Amino acid sequence: MQAETALGRTMLWFVLFLVSIVVVATAADGGFAAHAVIVALVCFVLMWMSASRYDPASKLNSFFKMPDTPSKYDDDPIRWGVLATMFWGIAGLAAGLFIALQLAFPQLNFEPYFNFGRVRPLHTSAVIFAFGGNALIATSFYVVQRTCRAQLAFPGLARFVFWGYQLFIVLAATGYLLGVTQSREYAEPEWYVDLWLTIVWVAYFIVFVGTIVRRREPHIYVANWFYLAFIVTVAMLHIVNNLAMPVSLLGAKSYSAFAGVQDALTQWWYGHNAVGFFLTAGFLAMMYYFVPKQAERPVYSYRLSIIHFWSLIFLYIWAGPHHLHYTALPDWAQTLGMVFSIMLWMPSWGGMINGLMTLNGAWDKIRTDPIIRMMVMALAFYGMSTFEGPMLSIKSVNSLSHYTDWTIGHVHSGALGWNGMITFACVYFLVPRLWGRERMYSLRMINWHFWLATLGIVFYAATMWVAGIQQGLMWREYGPDGYLVWSFADSVAAMFPMYVLRAFGGLLYLSGAFVMTYNIWMTLAGKLRDEAPMRDAAYDAEKDRPIVDTPTSAVPAE
Amino acid sequence: MTSYESLRHFADSYALIATVALFLLLCLWPFRPGAGKRNEEAANSIFEGNDDGE
Repeated sequence: MQAETALGRTMLWFVLFLVSIVVVATAADGGFAAHAVIVALVCFVLMWMSASRYDPASKLNSFFKMPDTPSKYDDDPIRWGVLATMFWGIAGLAAGLFIALQLAFPQLNFEPYFNFGRVRPLHTSAVIFAFGGNALIATSFYVVQRTCRAQLAFPGLARFVFWGYQLFIVLAATGYLLGVTQSREYAEPEWYVDLWLTIVWVAYFIVFVGTIVRRREPHIYVANWFYLAFIVTVAMLHIVNNLAMPVSLLGAKSYSAFAGVQDALTQWWYGHNAVGFFLTAGFLAMMYYFVPKQAERPVYSYRLSIIHFWSLIFLYIWAGPHHLHYTALPDWAQTLGMVFSIMLWMPSWGGMINGLMTLNGAWDKIRTDPIIRMMVMALAFYGMSTFEGPMLSIKSVNSLSHYTDWTIGHVHSGALGWNGMITFACVYFLVPRLWGRERMYSLRMINWHFWLATLGIVFYAATMWVAGIQQGLMWREYGPDGYLVWSFADSVAAMFPMYVLRAFGGLLYLSGAFVMTYNIWMTLAGKLRDEAPMRDAAYDAEKDRPIVDTPTSAVPAE
Repeated sequence: MTSYESLRHFADSYALIATVALFLLLCLWPFRPGAGKRNEEAANSIFEGNDDGE
C-alpha cells in the first residue's frame, strides 16, 4: 500500500515535470519559460523525493516532519518560517541597500537585470511579502495553536502553505529581474503567479480557521481576530486587484480588467489596505500576543483591543484614495480618503497606548530586557508613522509631500521601525522556545541589534524628511518672471548627500540584522555566550558598611 | 433613476446608518453588563498552561 502511494505520487510529479518541460518549449516569452523551468525543477525534486521514499527504511515523512503525536504542538513549519524570515529579511534589506546606493551612484545600475526599476520591486516584495509574510505565517501558526490549545489543523496543508509560499516568492523575485511584471505597485507578479498565491492563501485560511474550530479554549483570543482579518482581507484585496486577462495561456503578459482612474483606484485600494491589513493588522496580532507574553502581564485593556480591532476594520478600507490626491480621481473620493485617514489616527494611537500601557508597573523591563526594549521601540514607531500618515494624507500637506522622498521616509519609519522591530522581537522570543534553548546565545547582542536598527532608522527617516521637503519646495518655487526656478535635474542633484546618508542608515539596519543572524546561528548551535547580565544593580562591597564615628585627630598649629 | 443613482442614494442613507449602527454595537459589546470578568479571563488566557516550545 505504502509502495503504491509512493509510486502514484512519483508518477504524478513525473507527469507535472513533463508538462513543465512542454511549457518551457512552447512558452510565448522568456520570462514564462524561465518560470516553467523553476516549476519543472520543483517537480523533479518532489519526484525524486517521492521515489526515494519507496525505500521502506527511510521514514515516509522525514523531510516534511509530519507530527507523530497529537499531544505536541506542530512547530516544524514555524521553525522553517523563522529561518525563512531571517533569510529573506537579509536578502530584502541587502536589496534595499543596493537600490539606495543606486540612487546615490547611478553607475550601479547594471543593465538590464539589476537596474533600479527591476531591483526596487524585488526589494519591496522581499521585505513585505517574503520577510513580513513568512514572519506572519510562522507567528500565526504559533499563536493560533497556543491560544486555542490545539494542534495545527491539516498538517499536510500547513506544509503546503509554507513551501507553496516560498515558491511564490521565488517566482515573484526571479520574475522581477527577468522583467516579468504587471506594474501594479506591491502586486507586480503576473497572472499565473497570482493564481498560485490565491491557492496557497486559501490553504492558509483553511489551516488557520480549522485550528480555531478545533480549539479547546472557549474564547478566541484577540490576536487571532487580527490574524484572521489579515488573512481574509488580503485574499479579497489580492483577488480584486489582480483581475486581469492573460494575452496567451503560455505567456506572462496580461492586461488589467480595469482601465484609467478606476484601475488606479483599485490599485491603491489594494495598496493602502496591503499596508492596513498585511503590515498593520497582522503585525498587531503579533503585538497582542508577544508583548503581553514577554512582559508577563496581560494586555492593558482587552476592551480597548476590541475597539481597536473594529475601528481598524471599519476605517482602513476607505483610506486608499489618499494615494491619488490631485489626480483624475473625483474630488469627493479624494476627500473621503483624506477624512478616513485622519479618523484612523484614533484607533492607531489607541492600539499603541494599549501596547505600551501593557508595561504599566513593569517599565523597568525597558532597561533590563532588550526584547521588551525592541517591542517598545516598535510601538513608538507604530505611533509615529500612524501620526505622520494621516498628516501626509491632508490634501494641503500632500501637495508638498506627494511624489517626494518624504513618502519613502514615512514608509520606512513604519516598515523598519514598526514591522521590522516587532518581527525581530518576536523572533528573539520564539527561537529559544522553538529549539528548546535556555535563552538566546547573547542578550547583549540583541541590545546591539536594537541600537544599530534604531540609529539606522533615525538616519533614514531624518534624511528623507529633509530630502522630501527640499524636493517639494524646489519643485513648486516660482521666480518673479513666473517660471519655475529649478529644473527637475537640479532637485535630483541636490539629493546626493541625503541619499548617501540614507544608504548609511540602511547599512546600519542591515548590520543589525547580521548581528541577529549570528546570534540565532549560535543559539541553534546550542551555545550560550558568557556575558555580564543586563539586569545587574550596582553593588560595592566596600561601601556596604555602617558609618562609624572616628575620633578627629588634632590639627597641628601653624 | 439609474442604477448608479439608486445605489449611491442607498449607500448614503440606509447602508450608512446600518454600518455605523453595526460599528457602534460591535464596539460597545465588550462593555455590556457582566463582560468585565470575561474580558479579564480572555486577557489572561494566554498565560495558562506551559506553552513554551513543544
